[in-house]
Amino acid sequence: MDKIKVLKKINRLAKEMGRDVNLMEVCGTHTQAISRCGIRKILPKNINLITGPGCPVCVTAQKDIDAIINLALNGIPVATYGDLLRVPGYFGSLDDAREKGAKVFDVYSIEDALKLEEKYSGLVFFGLGFETTTPMTAWAIKKAYQSGRQGLTVYSTHKLFLPAMKALLSLGEVKIDGFIDPGHVSVIIGEKPYEELNAAQVITGFEEEDVLIGIFMLLKQIKNNEKKVENQYIRVVKKDGNKSARKIIDEVFEIGDGNWRGFGVVPGSGLEIKKKYKKFDAKRKYKNILDKIDFSRSKDPTGCKCGEVIRGIMNSRGCPMFKKVCTPDNPVGPCMVSVEGACNNYFRESK
Amino acid sequence: MEVCNVLIYEIMCLAFPGKIISIKSKEQATVDFDGVKKDVNISLVANAKKGDFVIIHAGFAIEKVEKSRKKEIDKILKDI
Repeated sequence: MDKIKVLKKINRLAKEMGRDVNLMEVCGTHTQAISRCGIRKILPKNINLITGPGCPVCVTAQKDIDAIINLALNGIPVATYGDLLRVPGYFGSLDDAREKGAKVFDVYSIEDALKLEEKYSGLVFFGLGFETTTPMTAWAIKKAYQSGRQGLTVYSTHKLFLPAMKALLSLGEVKIDGFIDPGHVSVIIGEKPYEELNAAQVITGFEEEDVLIGIFMLLKQIKNNEKKVENQYIRVVKKDGNKSARKIIDEVFEIGDGNWRGFGVVPGSGLEIKKKYKKFDAKRKYKNILDKIDFSRSKDPTGCKCGEVIRGIMNSRGCPMFKKVCTPDNPVGPCMVSVEGACNNYFRESK
Repeated sequence: MEVCNVLIYEIMCLAFPGKIISIKSKEQATVDFDGVKKDVNISLVANAKKGDFVIIHAGFAIEKVEKSRKKEIDKILKDI
C-alpha cells in the first residue's frame, strides 16, 4: 500500500462527491502527525481537516490552571506533564511560579512524581488528560494507598473523551461529516463506545499512511451515507480496548462534571477521586486554600480564541493574534503552548 | 524509526512503540525504542512478555502491538 495509491483513491472519491467535506481529528497526536507530514497540503481542496478538542493541555479549564498555580504559590510542591507548565493563567503560569521560588516539577511519568514525593512531602500531581493518561494516575493512587503512606495527592482534571464529541455534535456549530477517532483513547476504550455517536468514524494510527488510509475509509463511508465505526489501527486498538486499564480507572475514579476550556462544564465528562481514596485527593486536602481563591478572574486571556479553536469553529489562522502577538515563544493561550495544540502545529506548519 | 522525519526520541512524551527486551519485575520492563533503551511500567498490560512490542505512553505500556500489519492490509485491500 503506498501513499500515492491511497492519495489517488482519495482524489477520486473527493471528485465524485464534489462538495466540501469536513473531517475532524480529535486527538492531539493526530494533529501533530497531520501537520508534520503536511497532509493538509496534499489533500484535495474540498476535503477539510478540522482540529477538534483533542489536546489535553488545551482543554484544561483556566480555573483548574489557576487553582494549581495558587497551590504552588502557597508553598505546596507541584508536579505535572511538561507543556502545562507554560500555560498562562490569571496568576501567571506554573513556570512563573517556579521563578518566584515555588517547587514546580515537570515529569515524563507519574512514577517520577511518586519518587519526587519522597523528597518533597505533600507533593500534588496535577492529573490531566483523557482515558490514555487516567490509568497511570489511578495506578499511582492505588500504589500510594497500598503502601500505607500518605504519598502524593492528585488534583484531578481527568476527562472522558466521548462527552466532548457528543457536545460538539449537539452544539452543531460546525458541520462535521466524519471523525478521525482518537487512536490512543481508543486503545483504552475500544471500538464500541463510539457507536452511540451515530456518525461516520474511523479509528486510525499515526503514521502518514495510517492517516491517509483513515481519510479514505471515512470518505467512502460519507459517500455511501454510512455511519459506522471502522478501525484502521487494528495492530494496536483491540475491539474491546484495554480492560485492565479501564478496571483501574473504575476502581479509583468516579464520574463527575468536567470543566473544559471552550465548552465550560460538560456533565458526566469529568473524573473525580472516589471517597475510598479521598486521602489522595488534593481538592479535599487543600480545600482551605482552594476555597480562598478568587476564581472570578479565571477567564480566557483577553483576545484569546482558544475556546473557538478547540470547538473547531475557528481555524488558528483566523485568530487576530496568531503569529503576530501569539507565538510558541510567547504564547497567549494553551493551543499555542502545547505541542499537541492546533495553533502550535499550524504555526510550525506555516513556517 | 521515523515518522515524517521526526525521530522518535523527540516525541517520546507521546505514545510510541518499543520492544520489551527484559522483564525486571511484575511492574517493570526494559523497552528498546530502536536503540534507545528505557524502563517502563507494564502493569496496565496483561501478560506482557520479553519480545512483545508495546505502545508506551507517559512511561507505561498501554497495549501490545501486533508485529505484522497483515490483518490491516488485508482489510484495507478488501475496502479498496
